[in-house]
Amino acid sequence: MIRLGNISWRFLSVWRRNLIVYRRIWKVNFFVPLLEPAFYIIAFGLGFQGLVNNLTYGGQALTYTHFMAPALIGISIMYNSFFETTYNSFVRMYYQKTFDGMMATPLSLEEIILAEIVWSATKAAAAALIMLVVLGLFGFVVFPLGLLVVPLAFLGGLAFGSIGMFFTGIIPSIDMFNLPIFLFITPMFLFSGTFFPVSGLPAWAQSVALVFPLFHLVELTRFCCLGRVETSPLLSLSYLALFTICFLCLGLITMRRRLIK
Amino acid sequence: MSQVDETIAAGAPIIQVERLCKQFNGLTAVDAISFEVRAGECFGLLGPNGAGKTSAIRMIYGFAPMSAGSLRVFGLDIETEWRQIRSRIGVCQQDNTLDPDLTVFQNLLVYASYFGMPALQARQRAEELLHFFALERKITAKVGELSGGLTRRLTLARALINDPELIILDEPTTGLDPQSRHQLWDRLQNLRAQGKTFVLTTHYMEEAAQLCDRLVILDHGKILIEGTPSGLIREHVGASIIEVGSADPGLKQFLLERKIKHDQMGERWIIYNNSDNAIEQAIRTTFHPQQCTFRSATLEDVFLRLTGRELRE
Repeated sequence: MIRLGNISWRFLSVWRRNLIVYRRIWKVNFFVPLLEPAFYIIAFGLGFQGLVNNLTYGGQALTYTHFMAPALIGISIMYNSFFETTYNSFVRMYYQKTFDGMMATPLSLEEIILAEIVWSATKAAAAALIMLVVLGLFGFVVFPLGLLVVPLAFLGGLAFGSIGMFFTGIIPSIDMFNLPIFLFITPMFLFSGTFFPVSGLPAWAQSVALVFPLFHLVELTRFCCLGRVETSPLLSLSYLALFTICFLCLGLITMRRRLIK
Repeated sequence: MSQVDETIAAGAPIIQVERLCKQFNGLTAVDAISFEVRAGECFGLLGPNGAGKTSAIRMIYGFAPMSAGSLRVFGLDIETEWRQIRSRIGVCQQDNTLDPDLTVFQNLLVYASYFGMPALQARQRAEELLHFFALERKITAKVGELSGGLTRRLTLARALINDPELIILDEPTTGLDPQSRHQLWDRLQNLRAQGKTFVLTTHYMEEAAQLCDRLVILDHGKILIEGTPSGLIREHVGASIIEVGSADPGLKQFLLERKIKHDQMGERWIIYNNSDNAIEQAIRTTFHPQQCTFRSATLEDVFLRLTGRELRE
């Protein structure tokens, strides 16, 4: 089903194509991750600080903004990569017929799809780096451990980019992306230990959260930013890696089925 | 790569298609077609909409997998050696697949990178092509700002970026105004003089007659005929044609009695008189048709005679 023999370093030329396009509107691309954490920190930090007094995470007391700040990076990684391989890839595939043009060259479909996913991870890592700088200036990140957020963002980007590509492979029309966003992305955004610790949830909800890749990603960003964690970072890392491999394969399979007729 | 890659003698087979089939969704788009394209020639695939032209062409450049048969390009197997094959061909697809996120120049450079071409060489090649297609003034334009004619020229320029030996053109002039069409034909003739091999699909018979050395007419996935444009005209419709509008009822009788080839389209008669002056005289003097045109036969007459005059799709 998956033609590994079709994958070579040539995929980097497609990745570079996306970089060229990204650089053209780099100011816009930099602005969002630059301002977004600031908005959240101000809104939640100032707004919730007074309401949430004694938050404990990993056995220690924490201010609410310190708890929430690393999660913002995790969420941004998810959004950047997932939206890249859903809406943006779909537009390139379906409306712009960019992939059709590429498939008249020595590029394989597998290389094109892999490049799109790796690109989405790159975009996520770039956004995470910018947010890291902003949050670092606010004093929400311990360095040098915090720098690990960048490679972590790349892995998280691969995970969410892959599942996004899987949805692109099976979705009949672009409007239908609302469904995975409503049923998958939004619940994760809310219940992955992002805005409150998962330990405060009932037992069954805690087990559900364990399935969410965002939960593991946020645990890991928190580990990198704060140097402490409630769960096992190795386990979270393994889960993310496994999740990535599964959906990378599914993305390649569904896209081949969709485009090669 | 195998030895055939190095030099290709004129007339050597570039594409060998044998009993090629394509089925999808329970439909047979290409039904066991066989043909050969030789080095240096321009080969035409003609046929009405839905005849299977694009399906056949997509298999040739390995875009769509074939259902059955065999297909070799440059003597290489499309299923296993598609990457080598694609690196040596240029494809001008029917849909506009230019990259709208990039400028005209970037389109060429980025496309060159898909072929693994070094940046400096790509720049040089892109500049040459922009000059050849008179696109220099549009170098920084976005693709979306180009007119239909310019878009097609850029598409063809992009297809030539890797200096291909074989150029595949899927309806290259559909939707163009006459000026743009003639300009594109002129460029294609120029490339032909350089010894490039072409495969062309079109439903403009004038285009096929002008450009193609040899052609096949496809319908319902099958090849109906194969030959040179002039040979096919001679063989299937003869040298000349008389078109008659609203004729005397006696005309039908006359044509049937003399066994003269003809077609009827509503009130209009198309009579294949093959330069027979006697028939011409008889029609002029006996039947006094209200409108009557005497003209040379064209490839379009062959096409319509073989594929029928009813509407498709």
